[in-house]
Amino acid sequence: MTSDYAIELRDVVKKFITPEGNELAAVDHVTMQIKNGEFFSMLGSSGCGKTTSLRLIAGFEWPTEGEVYIGGKPIGHTPPYQRTVNTVFQSYALFQHLTVYQNVAFGLEMEGVSKDEISKRVGRVLEMVQLKGMDRRRPKQLSGGQQQRVALARALVKTPLVLLLDEPLGALDLKLRKEMQLELKSLQQQLGITFIYVTHDQEEALTMSDRIAVMSHGKVLQMGPAVEIYERPTSRFVADFIGETNFLEGKVKSVTGEKAVVTIHAWEQELTGIATAKVQAGDDVAVSIRPEKIQLIEEPVTKQNSLEGIVVRSTYIGSDTHVYLDVRGQTIKVWDQNRISTVDPNAFYRKGEKVWLSLIPENTVILPKD
Amino acid sequence: MTTTHTEENNKRVPLMKTIRENRVAQGLLLISPANIYLFLLMVLPLLLVVVLSFLSRGTYGDVVFKFNPSNYTRLLDPIYGRILFYSLEVGIETTVLCILIGYPLAYYIARAPARQRSLLLFLILVPFWTNFIIRIYAWIMILRAGGFLDDVLQWAHITQGSLNLLYTPTAVMIGMIYEFLPFMILPLYSSLEKIEFSLLEAAADLGAPPWKVFLRVTLPLSVPGIIAGTILVFIPALGMFVIPDLMGGAKTILIGNVIRNQFLTARDWPFGAAASMILMVLTMVFTLYYTRKAGFGEDLLV
Repeated sequence: MTSDYAIELRDVVKKFITPEGNELAAVDHVTMQIKNGEFFSMLGSSGCGKTTSLRLIAGFEWPTEGEVYIGGKPIGHTPPYQRTVNTVFQSYALFQHLTVYQNVAFGLEMEGVSKDEISKRVGRVLEMVQLKGMDRRRPKQLSGGQQQRVALARALVKTPLVLLLDEPLGALDLKLRKEMQLELKSLQQQLGITFIYVTHDQEEALTMSDRIAVMSHGKVLQMGPAVEIYERPTSRFVADFIGETNFLEGKVKSVTGEKAVVTIHAWEQELTGIATAKVQAGDDVAVSIRPEKIQLIEEPVTKQNSLEGIVVRSTYIGSDTHVYLDVRGQTIKVWDQNRISTVDPNAFYRKGEKVWLSLIPENTVILPKD
Repeated sequence: MTTTHTEENNKRVPLMKTIRENRVAQGLLLISPANIYLFLLMVLPLLLVVVLSFLSRGTYGDVVFKFNPSNYTRLLDPIYGRILFYSLEVGIETTVLCILIGYPLAYYIARAPARQRSLLLFLILVPFWTNFIIRIYAWIMILRAGGFLDDVLQWAHITQGSLNLLYTPTAVMIGMIYEFLPFMILPLYSSLEKIEFSLLEAAADLGAPPWKVFLRVTLPLSVPGIIAGTILVFIPALGMFVIPDLMGGAKTILIGNVIRNQFLTARDWPFGAAASMILMVLTMVFTLYYTRKAGFGEDLLV
């Protein structure tokens, strides 16, 4: 019986010796389950352990502690060439001495697939990645985007249980990257293959993934669907790393269910918000409010969760206007959507203008201070 | 102001104007140092040898300006054919053995940690600090009857009596490999070192066990190094005469020895020149054929 999980990492630790002779845990007690057919992303800045985790699954590294499971079975020290996973490398790692066709056929030749079968499968996969007619070219004669597709085709032709992608779009320009993001996602849905995608680009992760693991210093900080990661971060790091936010320091006054009342130090004012992690009355906390979730109004309806501020700077960026306000000594940024088309300068907030900010409890996230 | 000045200059020196306006003239001017160098140091001496090879030997070993094609017909003598063939054999053998010994060494150096790499390369080059002749004499001391090698082997009870290695073809081969190995290792190292590690990982990822990774990725990608090393070893090995002289006794004669003897001992310069020409043509044909044959590495040669 096969497991529900394509890949499982159980309490995995990977230590390296630094050139200075110190021990460094690149992956530090990581546990994660990746479901069959899932598009799973590991997101974090460089050195967070995401690539090392991927290499542990591919078999290029072996865990110092813990165990990696592929298809429900502990994989131990099985070498890469005996694992049912394939990798798309960041540098593509295409064989320059072989043609596109030979590159893609390489993996099938290693399996001992017959020549006819190889030609059929290579043809099919090249068509799928839109490289039909390019089979006789050398990788050097292709554009960056095309090389990327060859790397993808070379891994996909083996119909792996899991496809591992190590920042595959990093070297492409923005427009091509956006196109490839959608293409990768639809390819994944069409094939039903589990994708594990490593990236430092939060937008990329949010766009494509079913679930995201946010990593930092070798640890998984939060794992969940994009919405959960963005709307209900459980730590200050995640709230800060994904998207933009305003942070306010405060102390918990009372907790009722998932809601909590916090006294903001700078304002001596109480705000009600959602506590995503466990907090108790008396705890020092950080309050996170996303800039697009603050409403600017002329007159407050109620005094509760409303604050008066003065516009310090206002930048028109097309879809939004970025307004920076001084709220009793604290700078607060607000992304105000330009819902009505106008060229009248008076319609936009100007420096020195007084305005009210309306904060709703649902948009106010209370996080442990760390 | 400046314009008028230059125009005046141009009138005075028409050559400058031509050069400024004519791209072909510019190109010729820029490449001429290289052309002069090539002409003086390569084309001219080569032409001298060609001319010399058609002249005659005077009674006292001088050169007489009389056309004489018999230098080449003399080379048709089977004895020279045998020497040429044997030289080719030694050259090929030296090259192949240098590849077989040098490849693992170059591979090891290329895969060593960066800090050790420069030390290892340095060690490869250390022998060049000592004069070639002195190193050959050192080998004579090692290989001669009752020499170092015999002593060690007898002390270890591996052999009894002398191996009598010196003045045999084996001794010549040892000397040749010793002399030419660095010229094989260095180009091999430089092409092996260029192979990205991720390529080997990619091959393993696609299902290739280590030996297949080597055959399908490492070896083909190191072909430029093998070609460069072969040229650097094979060509001088063909013309080598010092090692066969000193380590082969009088028994091993290569084409290099023939040429040297004609110039220095027999004082028949025209015949020596003819033999040189034959050696050069042979080398060229062989090298061309070889690089064509290993052609799939050509576009990788930078």
